[in-house]
Amino acid sequence: MKVSDFAAALGLRILTGDAGLDREVGGVYASDLLSRVMAKSSRGDAWITVHTHINTVAVAVLSDLSCIIVPEDIPVEETTLNRARLEGIPILSGSMSTYEICWRAHEILTD
Amino acid sequence: MNYVLPVGDFLMAGEASSNVKKILNQLGIPPRIVKRTAVAMYEAELNAVIHAYGGRAEVEITKDFIVVEVIDDGPGIPDIELAMTEGYSTAPDEIREMGFGAGMGLPNIKRNADEFSIESEVGKGTRVRIVVYFNR
Repeated sequence: MKVSDFAAALGLRILTGDAGLDREVGGVYASDLLSRVMAKSSRGDAWITVHTHINTVAVAVLSDLSCIIVPEDIPVEETTLNRARLEGIPILSGSMSTYEICWRAHEILTD
Repeated sequence: MNYVLPVGDFLMAGEASSNVKKILNQLGIPPRIVKRTAVAMYEAELNAVIHAYGGRAEVEITKDFIVVEVIDDGPGIPDIELAMTEGYSTAPDEIREMGFGAGMGLPNIKRNADEFSIESEVGKGTRVRIVVYFNR
């Protein structure tokens, strides 16, 4: 499923314009320890994290993740959004908690 | 290729490994191997930025493998065996709050590299060498 369709199905806002929206979402990984994300995530995973600093984009790029999802309407720094647009990594945002996003994403991806 | 890893500049951390990743993609290296190389190099870059005063990365790409050396003139590691233990970290609190410092950096490098070596001298600095083969 493309990131654009995934975001629409989950009701998430896309903060980064058109950048990377045709990336394929293969699964979901949720963690706020960046080394653990790099060690354990799979290529194409949508990554849920409460971190919003610019290094999250580097982690997503280097780990071949499909997008970053920021839960609970946590504001994202403009420098992070700019880097994400440049690197083609979509950042999605919504009011749901990490748990709710995981639960709904599971339903959508296994449908 | 040589890259400068600037001191304490988190905005720049990952630039060198992102650049190497792009080159490997252009060379048609399998994505799984590109990811392993990129993650190993990024962890080494972060270590130089977090624990040393920046440093440099030297990268050599041949037909069959890539060699990445990350070198710093930082404080060095007194006990490498301890530093290699998963979960052990000396990262300061503000670094941990950013999601780094989980004590997985060096183990992550070793796991992703085909060959890994680390030399360190207290007061002098640390040199991490990573080799990844393209056809294994």
